[in-house]
Amino acid sequence: MSLRVGCAAQPGQARSNKTGSWRVFCPAFDHDKCTSCGMCQLVCPEGCIEKDNEKFVPDYDFCKGCGICAHECPAEAITMETEEK
Amino acid sequence: MKVILEGSHAIAEAVRLSKPDVISAYPITPQTHIVERLAEMVADGDLDAEYICVESEFSALSACLGASAAGSRVYSATSSQGLLFMAEVCFNVAGMRQPIVMSIANRAISAPLSIWNDQQDSIALRDSGWIQVYAEDVQETFDLHLLAYRVAEDHRVLLPVFVCFDGYYISHTYEPVDILDIDEVNAFIPPYEPVNKLDASNPLSMGMYATPEYYMEFRYEIDKAMENAALVIKEAGSEFGKRFGRDYSKHVESYFLEDAEIALVAMGSVCGTIKDAIDLMRKDGKKVGLLKIRTFRPFPATEIKEALKDVTKVGVLEKNVSLGTRMKGAVGLEVKDAIGNSGIEVMSYVTGLGGRDIKIEDIIRMTESLENGIGDCFFGLREELL
Repeated sequence: MSLRVGCAAQPGQARSNKTGSWRVFCPAFDHDKCTSCGMCQLVCPEGCIEKDNEKFVPDYDFCKGCGICAHECPAEAITMETEEK
Repeated sequence: MKVILEGSHAIAEAVRLSKPDVISAYPITPQTHIVERLAEMVADGDLDAEYICVESEFSALSACLGASAAGSRVYSATSSQGLLFMAEVCFNVAGMRQPIVMSIANRAISAPLSIWNDQQDSIALRDSGWIQVYAEDVQETFDLHLLAYRVAEDHRVLLPVFVCFDGYYISHTYEPVDILDIDEVNAFIPPYEPVNKLDASNPLSMGMYATPEYYMEFRYEIDKAMENAALVIKEAGSEFGKRFGRDYSKHVESYFLEDAEIALVAMGSVCGTIKDAIDLMRKDGKKVGLLKIRTFRPFPATEIKEALKDVTKVGVLEKNVSLGTRMKGAVGLEVKDAIGNSGIEVMSYVTGLGGRDIKIEDIIRMTESLENGIGDCFFGLREELL
């Protein structure tokens, strides 16, 4: 991304801010337990969980590790693990 | 055309000639007469601008920021507490590179409450990214407003400008002023062409959030623009001189410095009094001169070093105090840095705070203190109160 005078940014440019680097805890998805109910996608405040082949996966470039998905998952298929960097 | 005008009304004339699209300000002593007159001009149809009434200075500069982001030429004015209330927005305006011009009728800061003059208000915002120029008299104040738009809107700069002048000493004083012709002013200040502007058909955000990977580079760019401003002020000031006969191509002005052993350094209206004091001291055979700093941001370190290279002692009159520093005055600190390790003694004299009159006798006594190596202090304290 090149700098523009006055910190001016066009729509969608915020995507270049990979906020996933803020994460302290990382959600690990156990796809064997996952029932594909979609609750994690519904509650994710970042909107970064996508459905991929009937299973749900987070985009770790943007997941900030808030843990709401893990807290709400009815199948307890998501666990928060300490981020390794 | 020469007319006799109150400083504030002369400034209003300069603003009218600069043709701003939007004005937003909140009245505060001693700035009030400027915006009163501008509101009158807009109401009477003499100035085709949008005058936005607001409930505070914070809102005033925020309205200006929005209007400027939409591509308008914008004007505001304030003083003292009003400027401090705007402080947060000031940093945003500079960061978003909006070329707003704002008059600062310099006034002391609370507490204790004072409506009188010193320069603490604009000095407090010296690191905000605004260009700062200081005027000595009404004519210079008038001229610097025109110069300010020309410099601010230059694409090599795109930074806002404080045009600073001493409250009352300039804002409320009647002096003869050469009011320029509007067509000549239009030729000097071409219409503003923004680099980015808010436009629904080509949406963008300004002042965007920057992660640690980007923030420093944006701040660096502002500093580079400041460096460019030093050059652009000279260019524009020189052209101003060619067009209108008053040259502003230098950031500093000298008075009897050629053979001086002692230099006094100051900004603003007190330079007039200092010149009178120098005339008297010269009659007594004392080799004293004045260096007036007009551009304070960007700080003209090279010019100052060059101008003071042949003197032995430098005394800086400060209408501000940088509390808790050894030298006491903010300007002296930078003058000393500009001169570097040349063996020239530089001392600050904090004086005239909260409107205390600086008389010719005071300047003579201050020069004597400088000769005796006494400085970096408050000057003219009433010892009986302490």
